[in-house]
Amino acid sequence: MSELVIEGLRARVGGQEILKGVDLAMASGEVHAVMGPNGSGKSTLAHALVGRPGLEVLGGSARLDGVELLDLPTWERARAGLFLAMQYPTEVPGVALRDLLRASVSTSDNADEIGSLMRAEAQRIGFDEKFLERPLNVDLSGGEKKRNETLQLGVLRPRFAILDELDSGLDFDALRLVGARVEAATEEDSVGVLAITHYSRLFEQLRPDTVHVFAGGRIQQTGGAELAQELEDTGYERWSDSPPPTTSGSKLGEDPFADPFADPFA
Amino acid sequence: MTDFSTDAARDLAGPAWLVDRRVGAAETFAASAPPDVADEEWRYSAIREFNLSDYAPSLKTCDVPTPDLEIDAAAVVHTVNGRVASVDVGDELVSAGIYIGPLADADAGPALLGAVSAEASDYFTVLNDAFAAEPILIRVPSGVVVQRPIVVTHHVSGGRVAAFPRLVVDVGTNAQAEVLDYHTSDSGPLLVCPVTELDVAAAGRLGYLNVQQLGSGTWQFSSQLARAGRDATLTASTAAFGGGYARTRSDVRLVGRGANCDLLALYFGDGRQGLDFRTYQDHVAADTTSNLLYKGVVSDESRSIYTGLIRVRPDARGTNAFQTNRNLKLGENAWVESVPNLEIENNDVRCSHASAVGPVDAEQQFYLESRGVPTGEAERLIVAGFLDEVLESLPVTTMRRQLRSAVDTKLNRQAQLSHQTQAEGALS
Repeated sequence: MSELVIEGLRARVGGQEILKGVDLAMASGEVHAVMGPNGSGKSTLAHALVGRPGLEVLGGSARLDGVELLDLPTWERARAGLFLAMQYPTEVPGVALRDLLRASVSTSDNADEIGSLMRAEAQRIGFDEKFLERPLNVDLSGGEKKRNETLQLGVLRPRFAILDELDSGLDFDALRLVGARVEAATEEDSVGVLAITHYSRLFEQLRPDTVHVFAGGRIQQTGGAELAQELEDTGYERWSDSPPPTTSGSKLGEDPFADPFADPFA
Repeated sequence: MTDFSTDAARDLAGPAWLVDRRVGAAETFAASAPPDVADEEWRYSAIREFNLSDYAPSLKTCDVPTPDLEIDAAAVVHTVNGRVASVDVGDELVSAGIYIGPLADADAGPALLGAVSAEASDYFTVLNDAFAAEPILIRVPSGVVVQRPIVVTHHVSGGRVAAFPRLVVDVGTNAQAEVLDYHTSDSGPLLVCPVTELDVAAAGRLGYLNVQQLGSGTWQFSSQLARAGRDATLTASTAAFGGGYARTRSDVRLVGRGANCDLLALYFGDGRQGLDFRTYQDHVAADTTSNLLYKGVVSDESRSIYTGLIRVRPDARGTNAFQTNRNLKLGENAWVESVPNLEIENNDVRCSHASAVGPVDAEQQFYLESRGVPTGEAERLIVAGFLDEVLESLPVTTMRRQLRSAVDTKLNRQAQLSHQTQAEGALS
């Protein structure tokens, strides 16, 4: 049984304070949804936890089984058991998924085993095996990139996985497969999942135990699975600090890692 | 006054025509001015630090172990200080009419030596003309396909020796071959000025790979001069790892309609190395294509220079010519200069050039690290991956494993250095 405990996490990007004191605790096998309006800082929370360069932590803590993640370099956080499925996975020319997984945590076993694990995972989510030998994310469609992230989650078996808008870019069938795969990881490997999203569609397969409403750089409300549907129906308007935007983009740009193409009225 | 006199050229062994040719070249050389950074072609080079009089032409071969490249080769020629040490050509090649060996022993030798270089001569090719002790010829007659690569190795050995390897590759009409041209040297102060002439006749196909793993005290001024005939296909490629200052000039002239040339290079400089590349894509005939991709890495205090020119002549309508140079700079003290150029004299062409210089991409680094790959290992993967694009396109595919390991050796050295630096930091 593992535990991820975030307390009073504050972070700044480009001189602007984005995270204003985040508290969240979760255990192995649990699914926590973090939902909120665009620009509220959800993605910044994900990146603060894994330690993205350019992001300055101002205070607070994030401990995985008592180990302070914020003191570790990114790769050691991953080795401690933290995984981030990125919203925009980076293209890495010349480095194949196989090379990455070989150099990665928990897969220092023999190469054959990685190969068969990769193929098994690819099959589970309908990811074309030809991509396993190709350079990471290069020339992959948005949906293929998300499957690639999910495949890595399956192979690496982290203790806690943060999914940053894993649902975006996926069509209905792919979403079903990917959602089911993550749900299975929570059961088979007791992976704890922090699912950041704007919509509830990911939760058809991946059943959240807890839903947090994230706005204005902190968690505003916490409830059960029913809260996700409620948010889908009523929107996030009441969580906005200011009146509803009258011009597009007035709330955008506050979260530097948010989807720049998102519809501000969604 | 240098040891590169007309008399010294006259003393080199060979048939009368070759001696006369050397003497003529030595006279031309004596009258020519050394290159200078004031010349556009040498602008960023280290030529002012080079002193020819520090070296003397090699007078004899010496007994050094020849490299074993572990390649399944069709033929192997080893040379030392520009002289043939051994020739190993299978009977089936000889019976197919292929010639591989000393150029002076071939009937066609006098006509082929200089056939391509004559139109592209410069200070160092003329010096090679004067002092090339034993030029090598590879001649593949019309219609003959050589399945496995032909390997030529050159080693330079001794103290303050200058060597002038000369290789002429003549690929006949509709013939096909792959050639590995492999250069090494001792670690002391040495000079090597290789000239390679590549002549590909109509519909001929040649894959040429030059690999240099020269010693750290070697000056190299290398010239690879190519000519491609009608519908010919040529890949002229270089993998450069060694040398103190190693300049490689690579020219392709597309003289036959429909000729197609790929120019490829990968290079990795470290320590205080200088790696200098000068390319020339000369489109003479119509409907010709040339595609250049040079990718390099510089670390420590090393320098790399790329200057290149695409020229499209008035008759070369329908030309496609591309030129891309990308560089990764590892560390603050490495230095890169990249200057692509176009000179176009016909309107019906498609040409482009691009160059880039930068550090390892922070986003890529973050992505790999977020999967648990340690910082140094992530950088290794990215750098090796960066060079892989070229490596995967090189001819003589059986050399790839060895080239990867040459890249790895460079990366291991980087890792050791940064480890030492960290350890020193921890102690202080």
